[in-house]
Amino acid sequence: MSGVLASMIDGLLVGAVYGLAAMGLSLIWGVMDVINLTHGSMIALGMFCMYLLFAALKINAYVLLLPTIGAGLIIGLVVYWMAVHWVVGRSMLMSLLSTFAVNMMVIGIGTAVWSTSPYNVNFVLPGITVGAYTFTGNHIAAAISAVVIALALQLFLYHTRTGKAIRAVADNREAAELMGISSTVVLSIAFAIGIALACTSGALVSTLFPFTILSGGVYQLKSFVVTILAGLGKPFGALVAGVLLGLLEGVVTPFIAVSWIPLIEFGLFVVVLVAFPQGIFGKRAAA
Amino acid sequence: MILRRPFFWIILLVAAGFIYAPVHGNNVSLREDLILIAIAIILASNLNLMIGYTGYVNFGHIVFYGLGGYVGLYLTTARGWNLVLSALVAGVVVSVCAFLFGLAILRLRGAYFALATIGILQAVQAFVSNFDPWGRSTGMYLSFSSYQSLGGARHALWITYFLIIAVMTLSMIVSLAIKNSKFGLGLFAIREDEDAAVVLGVNATMYKAIIYSVSAFLPAVAGALMFFKNGMIDPSIAFEYMLSLEGIVMLMLGGQGSVIGAALGGSLYERLRSYLLTSPVLSNFHLVIAGGLLLMVVLFAPGGLIGWVYRLVPRARKVIE
Repeated sequence: MSGVLASMIDGLLVGAVYGLAAMGLSLIWGVMDVINLTHGSMIALGMFCMYLLFAALKINAYVLLLPTIGAGLIIGLVVYWMAVHWVVGRSMLMSLLSTFAVNMMVIGIGTAVWSTSPYNVNFVLPGITVGAYTFTGNHIAAAISAVVIALALQLFLYHTRTGKAIRAVADNREAAELMGISSTVVLSIAFAIGIALACTSGALVSTLFPFTILSGGVYQLKSFVVTILAGLGKPFGALVAGVLLGLLEGVVTPFIAVSWIPLIEFGLFVVVLVAFPQGIFGKRAAA
Repeated sequence: MILRRPFFWIILLVAAGFIYAPVHGNNVSLREDLILIAIAIILASNLNLMIGYTGYVNFGHIVFYGLGGYVGLYLTTARGWNLVLSALVAGVVVSVCAFLFGLAILRLRGAYFALATIGILQAVQAFVSNFDPWGRSTGMYLSFSSYQSLGGARHALWITYFLIIAVMTLSMIVSLAIKNSKFGLGLFAIREDEDAAVVLGVNATMYKAIIYSVSAFLPAVAGALMFFKNGMIDPSIAFEYMLSLEGIVMLMLGGQGSVIGAALGGSLYERLRSYLLTSPVLSNFHLVIAGGLLLMVVLFAPGGLIGWVYRLVPRARKVIE
């Protein structure tokens, strides 16, 4: 029984990182109505960003999150002006395809540079031992970092002028423009933040598990599941839903073979999508 | 009548070319190239029914191809059925599944539907990877004796080739027939404005479920044939997410909503990919180039190649549809 509890706690900790990844997806989706299919490759870029920084500097990996966030913001701006700006407001198919095209290019370049062999960030924090179980320090630190970043985003969105502008554009773009908000600037900032969140969560994952350039795909799909669970454009809800998903993984892991977990997750995903298209925490509104 | 449309005869001519070229001179390597092109055309044409005609993006279209392959291979090896029969049964089984699934997930619109298709692809792949009768993640192998009933391996490969060309031809004819039918008009109405279509008496739910299941049938048959030809199947080959997405690239490249566009995009992209994969310099960058190409098409030519042709020669619409 205590084994299940330990597995649940571990799931909670990893879930916070899933939540952070999903926040990036959810923010972009909510603000500009673009489903960002570069999400997975950006998570992978975050992983390699952390790997390169750590290999070069050899300091505490969690300090390196700050430059990773910076790099994510810059990458986000580049991607926005390359592929997203021109399709915002056009049909959904166009933005799906243009972000997917960028995804292919990033994965292609990444495969050429790093191949698809696994890498890992060799940084270990001392863990906490309770009875027969040890919670690794990296899991705890990653979860704490994820929650801190999520809180920072929440503060930014609700208590700064730019953050309020982002929410205003998400709510009603025309009205926000009439109030003198430059929606282009706001959209590019929101997109950059979304990408930075994806990169950061990738960097956190890289301190927990080995990764390849293709690993981002797994977390992209988990992010979709979490975003749908949380309802669109609710970044903080995404964190909660992410923790729930991690918890679910933690609960079922001791009982069934790991290979069944994707079936449960995606089955759940489709069922929730069909039954609650607005998300479990979302309000009922016209689709 | 479809027989009066010039494009119908063009399709038959192309099919005749596909059959004549490799048979003349018994050119096996040409046959292998053409078979990949034919599969690309089948996938792109049927995807076109969803994306181009109905306006619903299906990211998991490959699930039909893979499931068809599994059902087909299971019937030919474990049950010892004849190839044509098992391919047809695979098609029917997968279509019926698609219809039932479609009734549920097609209540979703736009992006939500697109995401659900990703979920279905992943869920089916996870299920098959754990499904004992289908060999879990190691997949299934065809016993060599299955080729005997078709007169030996060499003969069997030619037969599967002709069958795949038949499926390809049928894919284009089905696309053409739907485009020129009342049913097709209903689909176009759904694409343009679903609410308006419903008000005008289009049974949108039923139409969408039917087209979803129609778009499943021929890819499933093709999957059964193709995996019979390859002699083996496993979940990562059968449900290759990348191939599913490349189908969308093909369609956009050629021009969505057009029969010739899907076929043209499929064959061009397949040629390009084979060229890039075999070129020593560019093989690492085939995804980069394909991605760049897709981005260009989306940003600068959303109508694809055929959209560009239509703009240059408006009368071309009447002949090549």
